[in-house]
Formats: sequence, C-alpha cells, structure tokens
Amino acid sequence: MNKIFIKQISKSFGATPVLRDVSLSIADGEFLTLLGASGCGKSTLLRILAGLELQTGGSVAIGERVVDGVRPKRRDVAMVFQSYALYPHMTVQDNMALPLRMRRLSSWQRLPLAGRFMPGTTATTAEIERDVTRTAKALGIGHLLARKPGQLSGGQRQRVAVGRAMVRQPAVFLMDEPLSNLDAMLRVQMRAEIKELHNRLGVTFVYVTHDESEAMTMSDRVAVMLDGELLQVAPPQEIYADPDDRRVAEFIGSPKINMLEARLRDGGLADAAGTSFAVAANVAHGTALTLGIRPEAFHLVDAGGANILTGAVRLVEHMGSDLFVHLDVPGTEHPLIARLLAERAPQILTGQTLHLGVKPERLLLFAADGKRLRPHNHRNGTVLRMRELAQ
Amino acid sequence: MSTHSPQGLSSSSAVMRHAALLITGALILIPFVWMVSLSIKPPGEIFRASFSFWPHEFYGIENYTKALTEAPLPQYMLNGVFVCASIVILQILICAPAAYALAKLDFPGKNLLFAMVLIALLLPHEVLALPLFILGYQIGILNTYAALIVPYVVSPFGIFLFRQFFKTIPDDVIHAARLDGLSELSIVWKIMVPMALPAIIAFGIFSVVGHWNSLFWPLIAVRDQSLMPPPLGIMAFKNEEAGNDYGPLMAASTIVVLPLIIAFLSAQRWFVEGLTGGAVK
Amino acid sequence: MSLATSTAPEPAASSTDSAGGRKALRRQRLAETITAWSLAGPALILLVTLFFLPVFAVFAIALTDWQFGASDLAFVGLGNFKEVFADEGFRASLVNTIVYVAIVVPGTISLGLVIALLIESGKSCRAFYRAIHFLPFMATLTAMAIAWEPLLHPTIGLVNQTLASLGLPTANWLRDEGTVLPVLAVIGIWQNLGYAMVLFLAGLKSIPQDLYDAADIDGADLWFDRLRTVTLPMLGPVSMFVFIVVALRAFETFDTVQVLTQGGPGHASEMLLFTLYRESFQYLRTGYGAAVAVVFLCIVVALTLIQARVLDKRVHYQ
Repeated sequence: MNKIFIKQISKSFGATPVLRDVSLSIADGEFLTLLGASGCGKSTLLRILAGLELQTGGSVAIGERVVDGVRPKRRDVAMVFQSYALYPHMTVQDNMALPLRMRRLSSWQRLPLAGRFMPGTTATTAEIERDVTRTAKALGIGHLLARKPGQLSGGQRQRVAVGRAMVRQPAVFLMDEPLSNLDAMLRVQMRAEIKELHNRLGVTFVYVTHDESEAMTMSDRVAVMLDGELLQVAPPQEIYADPDDRRVAEFIGSPKINMLEARLRDGGLADAAGTSFAVAANVAHGTALTLGIRPEAFHLVDAGGANILTGAVRLVEHMGSDLFVHLDVPGTEHPLIARLLAERAPQILTGQTLHLGVKPERLLLFAADGKRLRPHNHRNGTVLRMRELAQ
Repeated sequence: MSTHSPQGLSSSSAVMRHAALLITGALILIPFVWMVSLSIKPPGEIFRASFSFWPHEFYGIENYTKALTEAPLPQYMLNGVFVCASIVILQILICAPAAYALAKLDFPGKNLLFAMVLIALLLPHEVLALPLFILGYQIGILNTYAALIVPYVVSPFGIFLFRQFFKTIPDDVIHAARLDGLSELSIVWKIMVPMALPAIIAFGIFSVVGHWNSLFWPLIAVRDQSLMPPPLGIMAFKNEEAGNDYGPLMAASTIVVLPLIIAFLSAQRWFVEGLTGGAVK
Repeated sequence: MSLATSTAPEPAASSTDSAGGRKALRRQRLAETITAWSLAGPALILLVTLFFLPVFAVFAIALTDWQFGASDLAFVGLGNFKEVFADEGFRASLVNTIVYVAIVVPGTISLGLVIALLIESGKSCRAFYRAIHFLPFMATLTAMAIAWEPLLHPTIGLVNQTLASLGLPTANWLRDEGTVLPVLAVIGIWQNLGYAMVLFLAGLKSIPQDLYDAADIDGADLWFDRLRTVTLPMLGPVSMFVFIVVALRAFETFDTVQVLTQGGPGHASEMLLFTLYRESFQYLRTGYGAAVAVVFLCIVVALTLIQARVLDKRVHYQ
C-alpha cells in the first residue's frame, strides 16, 4: 500500500509563504498531476514529498509511515528532474547504477579499488549491472549504456533520467516538469510513453507541470494549484467541465473561458451584457455573480432574446475544423470568444452582427469570492451534465 | 552543506566551519598583523622577544616618519601610480581597436593576427627581459620612465579579453551605429568600450595590480632611486639603509601594501573578477 | 511631391548589373581591410617589436657567446646549453624549482579546495572569509617578503618564539640549507592559496543544485558520498586549470628569492628566474642567460599547452 497522505502542509521561505495548508491524499497506483502556473508552489510540494525540502508545518505520510524528517534515500521515492540532473562525468550505465550501488553496497564496498576486494562486492555489482541492463532495454536505451550524457540527445537524456528513477523500483515516482526541455513533437511522444510506463509499473506517479495538455492527457486526477493553495483535485474532464473555482475555470481551457459580470434579479434571471440568463442558483436577489461560458458552449441562433448574446464580429480565426470568433458585445469589458464548428458556421465576416445562444445548463456560475455556485448546491446535477456532455 | 540538504547545516558543524575558517584566516593574516605590529614598536621592543601585538611604547610616528623621509617613499609611490596609470591607459588605447577588428571585422590576415595574440599570450614576460633590455639600451631609454612603461603598452591578454567581450555584443548595434554615421574608430570608443565596461574595469584591475607589484623588470630597467616603483624602492630601502632596522622597514612595507588592500576591500567583487575573470572563462 | 521623388528609386542606381555590383563589393571589402589594419596596426607593430622579435632574439643570442657590452661575438651552436646543463649551479636551480613547485602546487590546491568547501558549506560571512584568504594574493609580494623576514628571524622571530615556548626545536629558517626551500614554498602557498580558493569557489557555484538533489534521492546523501559523487567530479576541469595556473606561478617565483635569500645559502634556494636574472643582468653572461631563458620558456610553454589540451576535453562534461 503506497497511498500518500499530505496533511495541512505549509511552507515559507523566510517571510514569503509558498504553500498554505495543503491537504491531499493520493491513491496507490494513481497518476496525480500538480498543475499550476510557475511560482504556485507545485514544485515545492513535490520537493517536500521527496524530502529535499522541509515543510514549515503539516505532515506527509507515504504508505503507513509518516516520513517527516526522513531522508530522501529512505522514503522509497524516485525523482525525474526538469534538467534531468544526470551526472555528466558518468556513463549512462553508471548514472543508472548509482542509486542501486548506494543502496545495495556498504560504504566499504563502494570504496574505489579496495571495495572490489570486500566480500560480496563482485556478486552484488554483477546483479546491479543486470538490473541496469534490463531497465535500459525496457526503455530502448540499451545501446547507449557506455555513453556519457553529453553525447546524448534531449530525448535520450530524458529516457536515461526515467531509467535512473525506474531501476530501483520505487513505490512512488516524482516527476518535476520532465518534458519541458523537449521540443513539441518529442513532448507529445514522451507524454504517451510516460503514461504507458505508469500503466505498466502500476505504481504511484506524482507529476508536476504547468502544461495543461500534459495534465489533461496523462492524469487520473489533476490537482490545480494557485498561489500556494490547492484549488481543486478531480479527474481531468471534471476539472474542465465542473470547476470548483473561478480561477480553475480560467486556468484550464484554451481559448480562455468567457466571464460575464451579472446581477441576479427576480425570477431566477441574471442580467449581463444586455441580455438576461435563466440561472438556477440558491442565492439572494441582487447578488453579484459571474457567468462563465466556455467558448464551445455557444451555438449560432438567428435572433436575439433570453440566453442569447448579440454583438459585432471583431475578428475571425480559422483553425481548420473550428472557427474562433471574437465578438464585441456591448456591456462587456473584453470581446467574447466563441468556438464554432467550421462546417456549421456560415461565412462570418468582420463587422457582422452575430447572435450566440447558450444553453442554461452550460452556464458556470461563480460567486463574488470566486467560489462556484452549483444549482441547488448539489453534485448530482453535475454528474448528469457530465453524462450529457459525454454524449 | 546547507544548500544541499533540507536540514541545513546543523549548529555544531556551523560552529566547526567558523572555527576552522577563523583559524586558517588568522594564520593567513599573521604576516600582515606582525608587519603592522613591528611598524609601531621601538627597536628595543622588537629585539626583546614578545608575543604582544601592541607595543608598550608607541613608536609608530617615529617609524613612519623615518620610512617616509629616509627613503624617497612618496616618490616611489608616485612613480608607481604614474607608471601603472600610463601602462593601463596605453594598453586600453592600443588593445581595444585591435580587439574590435578581431571581433567584428573581416579582413585577410585576421587569423594570423589572432594566432600571434595567442602565441604572445603564452610567453612569460621574464623570457623577453634580456632582448628588451638590449633594445632599451640601444634606443637609450634605460633608466627612464619609458623603460618601465614601453614593454607593456600592448597586452595580448587585453586584446584577447576584449575580443571575447566584443564578440558578445550583437552585430546589429554596430550596423545601427554605422547607419548613424559613426566612423569605425568612434564605434570602438563610443559604442564598444562603454558596452564592454565590465571587461575594461576587470582588465584595468588586473593590469594595475600586476604592475604595481612587479619587481623583476623594474629591477632590470631602472637604477635611479627617483624612478623606482614601490617594490623596487622598498627593496633598495631594505638593502641600503634600513637593514635590520625593522621598525621603519615594516612601516614602509605597510605603506606600499596599503593602497591595493584598501582598494581591494572596497571593491572586492571587481578585484576577484579582474584577477580571475580571464581564468574562469 | 518632393516626397515622391525622393522615395522613387533612381533608375541609374537601381540597375546594378552584376559586374558593377561585384566591383562595389570588392571596393567595400578593401575599405574594410584598410580600416581593420589601421585599427589593429599599432597593436601588431608593438606585438612584433615587444614579443616576437625579442623571442627570436633570445633563441639567437642563446646560440652565441656574446657578453653584453662586448663588441664581438661568435656562433657557438648548442655550446651554451651544454654549459648550462653541465653547470652544477643551474642543475641545483632546476631541481630546486621542481621541488618548490612540487610542494607549492599540491599544498595550494588542497588548502585552496578545503577552504573553498568550508566557505561554501555555510551561508554566513562568505565575503569576509573570502577576502581574508585572498588578501596575500593581492599584497605586493616584495613588501610581504620583507614582512616575513622578521617572522622567520632566528632569535626574535615569531615562529621560533612560538616553537620554543611549545618546547619544539627551532631553526634558522632562511639560512639553513634544509629549511630554506620549504620555507619559501610555505610563503608561496600562503600567497597563492587564495587564488586557488577563488577559482574553486567559482567552480562550486557552477555545480547545478539539481545534481545534489538527484544525489540525495539516489541515496548519496552523506557528506562524503556527495563529495565523491558530485562535488569533486564536477570540479575536475577547474582543478586541472588551477593546477596549471598555480604551477606556472610557482615556476615564475622570483620576488621571495631576491628579497629573502638571494639563492642562498649556497645554491639551496636558487630558482630558475633568479638564475636567469643573475646570469643575464648581474654577471652579464648574456649568451648563457639566454640559454637559461630558452629552457625556462620551454617548460612554461609545455605546461600551457597541456592546459589547452585538457581544457579542450571539458566538452565531455557539457
């Protein structure tokens, strides 16, 4: 059992708080991604998990064991670094063997020259070499074992870094932006390979990235972090379709979600941008709300009315299968962006007036403090909508 | 090591670190401390064995007065300032345009010129002393300021360092300057040198420290006391007058060492950069 | 309308037939060459007169029996070199220099490294400790050699006083054949270790923190293991560089010999540059002195070439 429990972790560097009261539990064998913009504290949290950084408050347990103050070596975690952190003076073979040597050989046995004559050294060394070779073959880097990191390409170095982490079969894999130094093509390929590796090994992965698409494609669950706080932990599709917080909604999705400032009045109607929307929220009349509308939640209609936004087309971007239409709607600060299917949208010209309808169930409501307002404050609705979306 | 482990340096090893460094530091400083100590002691106390830093009878004024009056120490210092300043100014005047040509212009013979710079960089100056001495004798500049200055007016290290630095300045800056109507020489002085100021300062420190401290060539080039730079002057002072009169001799040493040490302590970063910068690159 | 005429290309200028274009290009290249040589000219002339002609002259003089001031000279081939190597004084000087370098280089490197590691192992007072240890490298060595003399004085010197008070044997450090060279070497270490330290500090700073983190995770988390897995190997290239630079500086030791011992007692502390100076400029044995200079030059150039060779290998670490 290698569940990870993170309990109320906080961390400050001097007077600057980096993590505030972060609690999270990660299931055995889960692929969990910590997603957030740079400086949100996600890497710090990972480093605390690894034992490279000491938390200011709170506690971490891996499996049944509280590991606070336990050295990284004794935590049974492996880590892949953004820079790969391969030892440049060692061959790939030695790089991958090091974690095994440090664990399986005593300090005496590791002594240069003299160590070779200690009892048991030869057998253990041979065993280590076998393990390294097997892992390297599994990753397709068997032919690179004699080279040094300086002679490898970016993708090969990345594999060696993964190999060094994998070779000692740790209970938990920690990955800190492992793909960010690769070019776009290779990143997509390695993304699939890491996911496949996770499926094959079946151990817990904690993966840090600022790249939304990596988080969405690889994870079982995504933990969205902002300014040292955990905003939401949920499966990718839920993070996208059912965000808990305005900041999560704004962070996920490209183009960005449209946000309309609105005020609730009688009859469950909210006024925004010159029209009114039917909303089902348990809040007092007169409350200020924000309506979130994903670009693809719009559909073209012929005339204005309730739940329909009307504006002048400012810009049309052709993206192949989709069109991104930027619409100037009176009463909104920024142009709205709608994503329409190219085949369904007729010729749209700049300056033309357009009517865009939104189904009420696709409106995301946020309170003034950024918290999500759910219809009847109930999750069931969400699940229903999720099904509908899936169809 | 604190940066390497989350636990940081435990307090006991932090104490050990300070203890070890204070001991090595103290050992390093002993010659300086003893020099200053002797420079304020009367002869009687110097020759009476004692460990005390501070004298029973403060004799500093007498020693320092003697150092400044019996030997032309102020003259030595002025010579040092004049020679070092002349050398560094001429070096920059001659090296910067050459470095610019090597870094930014394309011309036949460029590689040969650069190879010459690299070879000259290899040559220890002491090896050149004999022919330079003969040359100086032939043109009659031995025992003048010129003898101290001329052999150093071109610095291969300066050309090399400036070239490396100029190479990092984008070509577009030069193209823009040419379009603005600047001549090549004014590009060197108005654009390249100001932009390469850190390298110029580092080189200046390297050059001044080297020539202020140098003994070998001045020993060969000048005989007149009125021309001697500080190291040669203080050696002459030791040999001729002071001998075993340690008080004034230590006072003179202190005065010779002091300017660079004060400059170093007030601009540590620059000095370290200047004296190792070329090395670390 | 003036705008229109000024922007419109003039037909004559626009029709660049290829021959004319090439001609213009050639003219431009010629102009660049002239500019370049006029900028580099002074440096070139001075490099030739102050470096290259003198070096050739040294080799030429080394093949003659010329004495400075003499009106005639004769070609003696390698006679000077034979004489140099047959001379007991020179052989002593060469051996002394090698012994001196063999003490100064390891001493400077190991102390410089240890002090750099100590300074880098904590965060407080770094600049202070660096400044103290770097001070001797800055200070005028002639003056500091004069300051070392009373320290080493047989009766009133601090060194002997301290040893005597501890009940240890004392020595006449600078007048005893057995001690004079090691004592000069100690002064050499004292002077240079700050330089080695600063180079090592720069090397330590350039080791990525990630490597230490990886070593922690891999289990190399004890002080000694980390030193062996990350720190020392990553300092490899810097160490080689420090080795050569310190060796060069040690070979070029002159000031301490000149001020403190004049090569004595006997030849016990005579070193190459001092021999070079004395033969060439005191005894005016010009041909002989030139031969010594050539030998010295060969040693220095060989060392520097080794350095260039080794620094090339640094590529493997990238």
